[in-house]
Amino acid sequence: MNKILVLLFHPRLESSKVNKFFSENLSVRNDIYLRDMYELYPDFNIDIPLEQKNLLEADLVIMQHPFYWYSVPPLVKQWIDLVLQHGWAYGREGDKLKGKKILHLISSGGTFEAYNNTGRNKYTYRELLRPLELTYRLCLMKQLPPYIIPGSNKIDPEVLKNHWVNFEKALDWLKTSENKTETEPEISYLNDLI
Amino acid sequence: MASDLFQNALIYLGTGIVCVPISKKLGIGSVLGYLIGGILVGPFVIGLIGTEGHDVMHTAEFGVVMMLFVIGLELNPAQFWKMRTKIVGLGGLQMLLTAILLFPILFFVFSFSFYASLALAFTLAMSSTAIVLQTLKEKGIDKTHAGQNSFSVLLFQDIAVIPLLALLPLLALNTSAAATAEHRLPEFLSFLEDYPSLMLLAAVVFIFFLSKYLLPVFLRIIAKVQMHELFTAAALFFVIGIAYLMEMAGISAALGAFMAGVLLANSEFRHELEADINPFKGLLLGVFFTAVGSTINFDIIALDPLRITSLVLTLMLVKWLVLFFIGKKFGLVSDQNLLFAFLLCQVGEFAFVLLTAIGGLGILPRESLDLLMGAVTISMMVSPLLLFLNEKLIAPRFGVKEEIAPGKFDTIDDHNKVILIGFGHFGSTIGRFLRANNTAATIIDNDSDRVNLLRKMGFKVFYGDGTRLELLESAGAKDARILISALDNPYLNMQLAELLPRHFPNLKLFVRAKNRNDAYELMDLGVENIHRESLIDSVYMGVDVLSELGLRKYTLYRKAQDFIKYDNEALAKLYRHRKTTGYIGRLREEIEIQESLLQEDKVFLEKTEDNAWDSSVLGT
Repeated sequence: MNKILVLLFHPRLESSKVNKFFSENLSVRNDIYLRDMYELYPDFNIDIPLEQKNLLEADLVIMQHPFYWYSVPPLVKQWIDLVLQHGWAYGREGDKLKGKKILHLISSGGTFEAYNNTGRNKYTYRELLRPLELTYRLCLMKQLPPYIIPGSNKIDPEVLKNHWVNFEKALDWLKTSENKTETEPEISYLNDLI
Repeated sequence: MASDLFQNALIYLGTGIVCVPISKKLGIGSVLGYLIGGILVGPFVIGLIGTEGHDVMHTAEFGVVMMLFVIGLELNPAQFWKMRTKIVGLGGLQMLLTAILLFPILFFVFSFSFYASLALAFTLAMSSTAIVLQTLKEKGIDKTHAGQNSFSVLLFQDIAVIPLLALLPLLALNTSAAATAEHRLPEFLSFLEDYPSLMLLAAVVFIFFLSKYLLPVFLRIIAKVQMHELFTAAALFFVIGIAYLMEMAGISAALGAFMAGVLLANSEFRHELEADINPFKGLLLGVFFTAVGSTINFDIIALDPLRITSLVLTLMLVKWLVLFFIGKKFGLVSDQNLLFAFLLCQVGEFAFVLLTAIGGLGILPRESLDLLMGAVTISMMVSPLLLFLNEKLIAPRFGVKEEIAPGKFDTIDDHNKVILIGFGHFGSTIGRFLRANNTAATIIDNDSDRVNLLRKMGFKVFYGDGTRLELLESAGAKDARILISALDNPYLNMQLAELLPRHFPNLKLFVRAKNRNDAYELMDLGVENIHRESLIDSVYMGVDVLSELGLRKYTLYRKAQDFIKYDNEALAKLYRHRKTTGYIGRLREEIEIQESLLQEDKVFLEKTEDNAWDSSVLGT
């Protein structure tokens, strides 16, 4: 059985719709350990040993956060800087995260049309997430494509609910995929798995 | 009676405050100022002091006792042990050589009796600890080689007084005279008087146990009462008590005090005792010097001016030559050696003590005693003058002056960059935090139990009242960069804020303020780093309360930080406002502050409603 660690990063969860809804649903599941990072570390003083221990115990890490200024909220970067230590997560003897699966669950005000080479934002989500891709690659982690919830600012509750159903299906597929021999489908976003 | 006391006090104090500033201005040092002042008010010039000068001098000799106690305090046994070769080598040689040279001169040239010459040879080898140490401190040369060596010699002499006093009876012509010496031991101890050496041993052992074991316990009890004047009283009580006991046993009071000082040098009360005794010591020494000046008997000089002049000259010349010789042997360079020789070539106050004993024992007739007393006084008088001449005329012709700087570096090493006053609830947190970040602070605290504990934990702690300048100075306020005033009593913090910039202008002040009003008063004093203990914790308690009510921590943290910043700005703003409205009664003012604060809050709340990361306000 896979253990899933969800790290939720939202600086203002009280005003959020998507992330609040998702985190509430995620925390109900008993195979998921959800950590509300901004609530835990309002002073940005991250407990490094504790975070590393949680990572070691997890098989799948889900980084849940909104997409701000084409990037992650600052605490995500702080977490990366502090927790993914040299000699532990990367470097000559840093292989503690080797083979662990990681994916980003992102709420975005924009849409897939806007985040496109021909769209308003010029680059795709995947392209903008390249720094993270390189980060996890250096840590020898197994990266899964991100799940994007677009148009999050004025999202219809029904659409949001569908996203949750869709995401949960993907989650269950991932949980069982370990035992299957079939190779993972070539997809850019986890949205397209099911 | 009382008016007599007042009159005397007025004369002596007045002489000091008139003559010392003048002599300092002339660059001849305070000792000479007191001495000249004494001569001026003495029976031969103005005549404000009559023959009672002798009595006053006797009383004021107590200043020397106190001085030796303080010297002892500054010298813990370990240090004392480290200096042993210098003390014994330099000091021993000085005494021995001087005595060997003086003896034939006294015997043949001045035709004293054989025993008297022998006794006098050693007596006159003594230099004046009072004059020399005062001069060293005043000129700031106590850290030079000459200063250090002088100190060693003086120490040896001070110690040598004990055996000398013990041996003097052996020189007495008739033993009955020895018995008349004013010993006033209790009946059951009177057998000791027949065995001076045994008595000496008993006295030393007694002082050892008293200072090492009894005094610290007693002082701890006194300190717990937390009344400063009581501690001062205790300090005086002990010094006077030891002196009295030693006198009773017929041993030098100064020596007893010195021993007690050395033994107390390692106790946590060292600096407090020093600070308490110091003002009395200074005052009494001033009176002592003045009295010495006033007792110079110009009649005796007039009677046989040649004899006394030649006696003084011979004495000082012999002493000077011996000092110069051994100084050279011990590797002092020219200008330092000159200074060393000039510093110590007078005959000192211990000679008075020894001369009195010699007189009491009948080794020397009364007239000769007066003559010698006169000679000693004159040599003390001439000594500062010679030093002045050396400094201005002689020394400049010899070699380079030794830099004092190397000595100073040692003292900087000893001190921390931060001084923390008060290690209570507030101060201890600061101290622990600094220590957790490898920044050692020198702590001053007046709770002796706490001081004990902190010492055990390896902190550098001074016991005593942190608002006293002497204590601050010994804690290194001159070399420190930052002083944290974390005392619980706001009045004391303010006192410090007022005192320190005047005396230690380079010291950066961080002051604890209880509340807004304290902060205002500290701002009045120009303090820049004011930390209100009531601010940050109350805000963060608010954070925890709101978090318990379900608000998000990160948002609350941002609000808290904003609020603290705003409150500090409001403090400055309302302070300026307060200045213009002037001072109204304290209570009324507090309410006004509250009111204007609440007014300010409204403005703050209106403009800080931020919408960062709030997607609901976005238009898309």
